[in-house]
Amino acid sequence: MTQSPAKKDDGKCELSLDVNGERKMVRVYPMQRLLDVLRHEFNLTGTKEGCGEGECGSCSVLIDGELVNSCLVPVLQAKGAAILTIEGLAAHEPARRLQQAFLECGGAQCGICTPGMILAAVHLLDKQAQPTLEDIREGLSGNLCRCTGYMQIFEAVLEAARRGTSA
Amino acid sequence: MANDRIIGKPVPRKEGREKVTGQAQYVDDMVLPNMLHGATVRSQVPRGKIKKITFGPGIAWDEFVIVSAKDIPGANCIALIVDDQPCLASEFVNHPEEPILLLAHPDRHVLPKAVAAVSIEYESLPAIFTIEESEQRSEIIWGADNTFKTYLVEKGNVDQVWDQAAFIVEGEYRTGAQEQLYIENNGIIAVSDPAQGITVWGSLQCPYYVHKALMKLCDLLEDKVRVVQMETGGAFGGKEEYPSMIAGHAALLAMKSGRPVKIVYDRMEDMVATTKRHPSRTRHRTALSKDGKILGGEIDFAIDGGAYATLSSVVLSRGTIHAGGPYYWPSIRIRARAVATNAPPHGAFRGFGAPQCLFAMERHMDRIAQTIGVSPVEIRRRNFLKTGQTTTTDQTVHELIDLDKLLDRALELSDYSLKRKRFAAQYETSTQKKGMGIAAFLHGAGFTGSGERYLNSLVAVEGCADGTVRVLVSSTEFGQGTKTVLSQIVAETLGLRYEDVTVAQPDTVEVPNSGPTVASRTVMVVGKIVQSAAQGIKQTLQAAGLLGDPYSAEEFSAACRNYVAAHGPFRSLARYEAPAGVFWDDAKYRGEAYAAFAWAVYIAEVSVDLNTYRVTVDNFVALQEVGKVLHPILAEGQITGGVAQAIGMALYEKVIWQNGRMMNGQLTNYIMPTSADLPPIRVFFEELGNVHGAFGAKGIGELPMDGPAPAIVNAVVDALGIPFSSIPLLAEDVFEALTAQASLPGEPQPIGGTR
Repeated sequence: MTQSPAKKDDGKCELSLDVNGERKMVRVYPMQRLLDVLRHEFNLTGTKEGCGEGECGSCSVLIDGELVNSCLVPVLQAKGAAILTIEGLAAHEPARRLQQAFLECGGAQCGICTPGMILAAVHLLDKQAQPTLEDIREGLSGNLCRCTGYMQIFEAVLEAARRGTSA
Repeated sequence: MANDRIIGKPVPRKEGREKVTGQAQYVDDMVLPNMLHGATVRSQVPRGKIKKITFGPGIAWDEFVIVSAKDIPGANCIALIVDDQPCLASEFVNHPEEPILLLAHPDRHVLPKAVAAVSIEYESLPAIFTIEESEQRSEIIWGADNTFKTYLVEKGNVDQVWDQAAFIVEGEYRTGAQEQLYIENNGIIAVSDPAQGITVWGSLQCPYYVHKALMKLCDLLEDKVRVVQMETGGAFGGKEEYPSMIAGHAALLAMKSGRPVKIVYDRMEDMVATTKRHPSRTRHRTALSKDGKILGGEIDFAIDGGAYATLSSVVLSRGTIHAGGPYYWPSIRIRARAVATNAPPHGAFRGFGAPQCLFAMERHMDRIAQTIGVSPVEIRRRNFLKTGQTTTTDQTVHELIDLDKLLDRALELSDYSLKRKRFAAQYETSTQKKGMGIAAFLHGAGFTGSGERYLNSLVAVEGCADGTVRVLVSSTEFGQGTKTVLSQIVAETLGLRYEDVTVAQPDTVEVPNSGPTVASRTVMVVGKIVQSAAQGIKQTLQAAGLLGDPYSAEEFSAACRNYVAAHGPFRSLARYEAPAGVFWDDAKYRGEAYAAFAWAVYIAEVSVDLNTYRVTVDNFVALQEVGKVLHPILAEGQITGGVAQAIGMALYEKVIWQNGRMMNGQLTNYIMPTSADLPPIRVFFEELGNVHGAFGAKGIGELPMDGPAPAIVNAVVDALGIPFSSIPLLAEDVFEALTAQASLPGEPQPIGGTR
């Protein structure tokens, strides 16, 4: 939505954010949720809102390589950090392997949790290239999926990890 | 013809690439120029008369668009079955969170404060909150007797069986409300144009339900209402009827403001205000011979429908028909009723009445087994329905069923006997009490009885300029794989490549009414009609002399291109055709209830931790017969997903009610299973060669919701020897039961393995 022209004293601040490798300037309220800034200011709508309180993981992004719920992050806190969203994964090899494996193994059904789930899996494989099933169950437990019962997501992550070593 | 068969192959999901890359467009991702955001002012009381509405200080009210019931151009109702539910309450409210006023503003951030600043005074009226209070009728809150619908099913003469019975076993079973909990909250965008009428884009299952509701609410003709389904982030029944309400609200705000309006609920609003699974109470009284054969029985099935009729009559219908489970009843009487309470209306949720009554039936079978001293396996074997026998509605089962075989295989896959012996042997020494539980069940596919004939679904298949073929249906994709499987069916039917078939976005301007996307009907019923429409495309091309027989996929595409170049795009329409010889009596509730049933045996292995009282499902075997499996990965995904939801229903998901309002409408306090909570869910299919829908497929989507809860609770009973009879069964319930038992004289005895 277009904002009304910013006045000097509207409480907003000018921020420089590093999103998917690009430096972007934005005028926002400092306590605005990173989720809203990504979706509304940058039109990066692959990051989804599911619960708005950090329980479901649909809004997961990576900040300096750490998996966070962007609904719980005031945008000011992300200043200067490298933010990676689902849209920034196009050239990311492990992510592409995961996306392909999700497609083949049935890891995505309705698709609403999928961007967050993929980011959580990217994060997991970054920490552990060959996770066990237990590692995956634990590593994805902050991301809720109501469609799959998770089994095919586990298979997709295992498959992507296998392909990662043979690549 | 193409050599590679497409049916039965795990082709990639049609819209999968967009979903895994985050490009798929859901309603909240859509922004229109000049758009307002809408919010709903809701009742704070369960029942009352609206006395006064005050717009409080501190809000620039002139910046808001405000809509009340007075702004409704047509009828103030959400058209569905009985048009009793208002779109906006005007004089009386009948449940907490009932919509009263609508607000819209360009800045969505100011809306919560504005909603809170509206204060409404009520003259409070007495309210009722349980099935029992509703049945007592001390307060009449709906109709003449608080009853939305009753059914009576009678087969044989059950009154004669009690004297002959060696055993009479009674039981009462309850299930709680359950939230669908699609991860994408409900949302709609509406645009109003004086010339074109209303257009809405939304997260929804049934475009033509919304279409019908908007026509009535806005007093518009058919061609002045357009409904478009956006990518939908889960639904499970929860986006069957309620989107009509939100679409109505967005449309009213759009009409009044002349601007596009978006209403997207946040999680709490979605949880507390929209529908849930009907709470239920089922009473069984069963007569058995001395060798454990059912002679007859009575089932009393009651569901809490909430404050308005909505879909309760249909949910009750499915529950009534499934109440006897997959067993042969020489005689039975089923009395069923849906009653009113002052809670938000309960609605469609995967399974649609069947999970409730089948929980009761399968718990009751174990109770019977225990009472008469046979095993849970044996009691089921002695009573399984067989081909040629009749169901409770006197439907003769013509299809090949072999429940004994399903049971044998499930027992083997779960290592049932050995584990049960081992668990019994470990009983004394372990603080982890383990048990095994079985559920055998069925699920009817498609609308009940005459339902499909009334729906009279219409589909189209189109030959396109680029030589591809496009499917036009109002059947929606919300995770199940609608687009994928319908494309497989068309590709296989016409000998095309999977890539040569696309599916149109459901848009009522473009797609015919193929009925709602519910009742496990899309593949079996709509798929069959799509198959016949596809044949029409081939016939047109062949009649025009453009296509020989046999032909290759390339030749088909060339013929299609040539035809369109000469005559323009062309469509083949096909309508539902009722199978021959189907009889259904709506008045007596007798006859062919469903064209086909899916059959299943599920086995749960659980452990109960005596220190934390937590129940964990350690292993789960789901074996079913659903006809031909058209897509192995999608089919398996339906089962694992349904089992996970049903594990939630059994052990995790409890709605805390206070005066008709859900008090735990957040994901922090309404707990669904995470990836760390679930057992391995092992899915197996048995194909018995039944021929029903397209390529022999039967319905699958709802089936897995029915069996897990009774299998799990039966396993907990096996582990602890306490006859739990209601769900959800939380750690605190186990704690209470064990504490109560410990205070009684005598040692608790395990049921498992003692005989």
